[in-house]
Amino acid sequence: MILLVFSFRRNSESGVEARQESIWILGFGLVFPAVILGALLAYGLVIGAQLSPQNGANAVKVTAEARRWEWRFTYADAPALETTGTLHIPAGRPVDIAITTADVIHSFWVPRLAGKLDAIPGHINTLRLEADMPGTYKGVSAEFSGAGYEAFTFRVIAHTEAGWTKFLQGQPE
Amino acid sequence: MNALERHRKLTEIWASDKGFKGWFSTVNHNDLGRMFLVTAFFFFIVGGLLAMLIRVQLATPHSAFAGPEIYNQIFTMHGTVMMFLFAIPTFEGLAIYLLPKMLGTRDLAFPRLTAYGFWCYAFGGSMLIVAMLFGIAPDGGWFMYPPLTSAIHSPGINADFWLIGITFVEISAIAAAVEITVSVLKYRAPSMSLAKMPIFAWYALITALMILTGFPPLILGSVLLELERAFGLPFFQVDLGGDSLLWQHLFWLFGHPEVYIIFLPAAGVISTVLPVMCRTTLLGYGWIVSAAVALAFLSFGLWVHHMFTTGIPHMGLAFFSAASTLVAVPTGVQIFAWIGTMWKGRPELHLPMLHILGFFFTFVIGGLTGVMVAVVPFDWQAHDTAFITAHLHYVLFGGFVFPIFAGVYYWLPHFTGRKRFFCLGELAFALVFVGFHVTFLAMHWVGLLGQRRRIPTYAPEDGWTAINLISSVGSFILAIGIAMILVDVVLHIVTAHRGRRNPWNATTLEWAMITPAPAYTFASLPRITWRDPLSAEPDLAVSLARGEGYLGTPRHNWRETLAVDIASGKPEMHVLYPANTRLPILMSAVTGLFFLSLLMKFYWTVPLAMGGVAFLAWKWVWGLGLRQDQAVQSVGHGLSLPNAATVARSPGWWGTAFLLTANATFFGALLFGFAFLWTIAPGWPPPAWFTPSIFELGVGISGAALAPLAIRHATRVNESGGTPFPTVILALCGIVALGFACASLMWRAPTPNEHAYGATMLVLGGYGTFHTAISGLMGGFLTAQIRSGYTSANRRAAFPIVGLWVKYTSATGVIILLAAHLPGLIP
Ligand code: HEM
Ligand SMILES: [Cu+2]
Repeated sequence: MILLVFSFRRNSESGVEARQESIWILGFGLVFPAVILGALLAYGLVIGAQLSPQNGANAVKVTAEARRWEWRFTYADAPALETTGTLHIPAGRPVDIAITTADVIHSFWVPRLAGKLDAIPGHINTLRLEADMPGTYKGVSAEFSGAGYEAFTFRVIAHTEAGWTKFLQGQPE
Repeated sequence: MNALERHRKLTEIWASDKGFKGWFSTVNHNDLGRMFLVTAFFFFIVGGLLAMLIRVQLATPHSAFAGPEIYNQIFTMHGTVMMFLFAIPTFEGLAIYLLPKMLGTRDLAFPRLTAYGFWCYAFGGSMLIVAMLFGIAPDGGWFMYPPLTSAIHSPGINADFWLIGITFVEISAIAAAVEITVSVLKYRAPSMSLAKMPIFAWYALITALMILTGFPPLILGSVLLELERAFGLPFFQVDLGGDSLLWQHLFWLFGHPEVYIIFLPAAGVISTVLPVMCRTTLLGYGWIVSAAVALAFLSFGLWVHHMFTTGIPHMGLAFFSAASTLVAVPTGVQIFAWIGTMWKGRPELHLPMLHILGFFFTFVIGGLTGVMVAVVPFDWQAHDTAFITAHLHYVLFGGFVFPIFAGVYYWLPHFTGRKRFFCLGELAFALVFVGFHVTFLAMHWVGLLGQRRRIPTYAPEDGWTAINLISSVGSFILAIGIAMILVDVVLHIVTAHRGRRNPWNATTLEWAMITPAPAYTFASLPRITWRDPLSAEPDLAVSLARGEGYLGTPRHNWRETLAVDIASGKPEMHVLYPANTRLPILMSAVTGLFFLSLLMKFYWTVPLAMGGVAFLAWKWVWGLGLRQDQAVQSVGHGLSLPNAATVARSPGWWGTAFLLTANATFFGALLFGFAFLWTIAPGWPPPAWFTPSIFELGVGISGAALAPLAIRHATRVNESGGTPFPTVILALCGIVALGFACASLMWRAPTPNEHAYGATMLVLGGYGTFHTAISGLMGGFLTAQIRSGYTSANRRAAFPIVGLWVKYTSATGVIILLAAHLPGLIP
C-alpha cells in the first residue's frame, strides 16, 4: 500500500519495460510471497501437529454426543456416569474427547482450551485438550443447527485431582 | 452507401421489436447484457436490504426484531442472493455486453441461448424472492448442510426452494459459460490471435471454463439432496449408507472455485480500467494471463480448507493447508503487476480509479486474513465466527463490489453515451469506503472475541454490544453510500448531457463505435493486429462506420458475422444469426414449469414439461436447417468464406463440446460420490449388491460400441455424397440397446430407499437412460432432417454434433454398466 502511494508521487522515467516486469512480477510477485508463505505454513504445520492427539497413554477418555440442543458426556473411567450440558475433566492431564452427534452437524468448541472440531453423524472425531488450571470454561456449539442454535452452549469444569476422583465416584464436590 | 445509410439499414436488420414487447423476443447481446445487469443490481438491492436487516438485528443484545426462524431465513437468503443472484449474473451480464465489442464482432455465438439463460435466471430468481415474501425461504445457511436440511430436520418446503430454485438459476450460468467460451474462442475480429486479445477476454474465458467445471458438483449435490428429500433416497443419511460429508465435498468443490469465479472477472475489470486510468499499458500481460490460469487450476484443489474442522486426517490438512497458502503466489503476481502498471504510468484520480484504490486496500487486508485462516490451528479458532464473515466480505466486497463499481463508472458513458456532471459519485465512494471498513473491522474484532456467525442475538454479558453497534452504524453509512451510487447512475441515465465517444481515451475496441452502442455493434468488422487497437489506429471508429472493414455492406437482411480460427484469428467461416424470437422465453417458461412441478410435487406435470422442453428444443434446432447448399460468401477485402453449416467444426460443435465438458464434470462428481460413499461412509458394504447380468452387460456394451461407429460412418458417407440414412438408423439401434441396459439398471436397483448404494445405482442408471434418450432424440432429429432434405455433402454440420453426443453417451454408458455389474461379478 505504501508502494501504491508512491506511484502517484513519482513520474515515470520510462524504464525498460522488461526490467520493470522482472522487478515487480518476479521480485515482489513471486519470490516475496513464496518465502513468507513457506515460513507461515511450516509454523502452522508444526503447531497443528502438536495440537492433534498423540498417543498419550494417561489421557482421560470421554465422549461428547450432541443433539439439538444439548451435549451429553460420558466417561470411560466411570461408565455409569452421564452428564448433560457440563463436561467434567481433570486439570493438568490430557483429555481425549470422542465427539459425535445424534442428529445434525454440530461443533465442539471451548475457545480457551482448544480449537473446534465438528460432530458429524456416523463419524467420531477425537479432540485432545488439556486444562492447565482447575476452573470453569465456557463452551459453545459452533456449527449452525437451526432455531435453537444461539442458546446451544455448555461448560467444562476442570477439577483438581481430588475433585476428579470424587466426581468419578459420583459424589458432588 | 454512406455511413448514415449503412447505420439505418443495419439498425433495421438488427433491431429488436419495438417497445417493451421487444424485451421478450430480443436475442441481441446489447439488450440482454443490459437486462442481465439491471436484474443483477435489483438482486443486489434485495441482498443489501437483507444485510441491513441482519445488522439491525445484531445491533443490540436480546434484539426482538426477528425471531430465529425469520432471522435464519434472512441471513440464508442474503448469502444466497448475493452469491447466486448478484455476483455471478453481474459477471455474465458484463461479459455478454462487452465481449463482442471488445473482440470486434457483432454478437455472441448463440444469441438465443443468451436469451434462454437470462430468462432462466429471471424466473429462478423470482422463485426465491416469492418464497421470501411468503416467509418460506430457505433457512439452512447458504451452504445448506444436511442433515440439517434433510427432510427429517427441515420438513417444510423452504429447503426445496433453494435446491430447485438455485439449480434453475445454475442453468443460466452454464448457458452463459458455454456462450462466453465459444464466443471468445471463435468470434473475434479477423487476425486477432489469442495473444492479441484484450485482457478482459482472457479473464472471461478462464472464468467461463471454471463455471463449466465448478458448478456441476453443486448441481449434482442439489439433485441428490432433492431426491433424498422428495423420494427418500438416502444419499446423506448415515444410518442408511449415506454420509453428510458427501454434501460438504460436493458443495465446496463448487464453493471454493466460486470465490475465484467471482474474483477473476473483477480482476479483468481492473486490468482493463487501471492502465487507462494510468495512461499506460498493462505491465506483464503474459504473466497476468498465466497467473489467472494458475489460480483457476489451484482453486480446484483447495475445497477441503472449508472442512478443516470436520476431522480430516492430519496429512490431508497439511496438503490442503499448503495448497491454500500457495494460491497467494499467483494472486501476488496479479497484484504486483497492477502496482507495477501504476508505477509505469501516471495515475489520474478519476472516479473509477478511486474504486480501484478501494479495491487494493480492502482486498489486500482480505488476503492477509485469508492467509491467517489457511493456517490450520488458527482456523480451528476462527472457523464459524464473525471473523470468517468479516474476512469473506473483505474478499467479496473488496474483490468484487469495488471493482464492479469501478467498471460501472468506467463503462457508464458507453451504456448511455452521456457524461456525468454531479460529484455525487465521489461522495458516495467515500461513504462506501468508510462504511465498509467500520462495519467489517468491527466484525473481525467481535469474531476474535468469540462471537459466532449466524446467531440471531447475544447477551449483554458477552461484552459485544458496543462493537456490534459500531458495526451496524457502519453498515448504514455503507448502505447510504450504495444508495447514492444507484441514484447517481440513474441521474446519469436520465440527464441529457451528451458526452464524447471515447471519454477516457481508452485503447480497446469497445470504444470504436457510437454510444450508446447500436444494435448491430460494428458497421463493419476490423482487422486487428494490435493489442491496443485504438492507440495504433485512433480513427478506427470512423473507418469502421464508413464500412471499410469486413462485411461492410448489409445484404439480404442477414445478420451476419465471421468466426475465426481459435489460435491465429484467421477468418474461418461466415455465420448467419437467427432473428428475434420468443422461443427462448417460452422454453425457459416450460423449463420453469418442470422445476415448479417438482417443487409443488405435481408429478404428473413433470413428464408434460419434459416433453414440452424436448418439443421446443426440436423446433429450436430445426429452425436452423437450410434447404439449399451454401456457396462460399464474399465478406469483403477479397476474402470468401464457407458458411458455418458447411464445416465439420461448426460453432454448434464447439458449444456441444463445452456443454459436454460441464456434463462430464457432473458425471465425474457422481462417480466421486459413489467412490466416496463406498470407502468413507460408515454403513457399507450394502446388504445386497446389484445382481449382475452378463446378458444386459453384453447388450449394453455392444450397443455402446455400435452407435459411435455407425454415426462416424454416417458422417463419412454423407460427406462423400452417399445416403447416410441406414447407418444413422443403425446408430439408433445401438443407442436403444444401451438405453435398455441402463433402464434395466434403474429398474433392478436394489432397494434404493433403504441404502445409499441402491440409490446410487438408481441415479447412475437414470443418468445413462436420460442420455440415451437425448441421443435417441438427436438421432431421430437427424433422420428427420435427412428425410426432409436438410442435409447434404455441403450442409454437413449436424452430423459431427450428433456424433459427439452419441460418443459421450456411449462412453459414460459403458462406465455406468461396468460400475454396476462388476462388483457383483467379482467375488
Ligand atoms: C452490502 C453490504 C453487506 C453487508 C452490510 C453484509 C452483511 C453481512 C452480515 C452481517 C452477515 C453475517 C450474518 C451472520 O452470519 O451472522 C453476512 C453474511 C454473508 N454475506 Fe454479506 N453483507 C454485505 C454484502 C455482501 C456481498 C456483496 C456478498 C457477496 C457477493 C455477501 C455475501 C455474504 C455471505 C455468503 C454470507 C454468509 C451467509 C451465511 O452464513 O449463510 N455479502 N453479510
Ligand atoms: Cu475456499
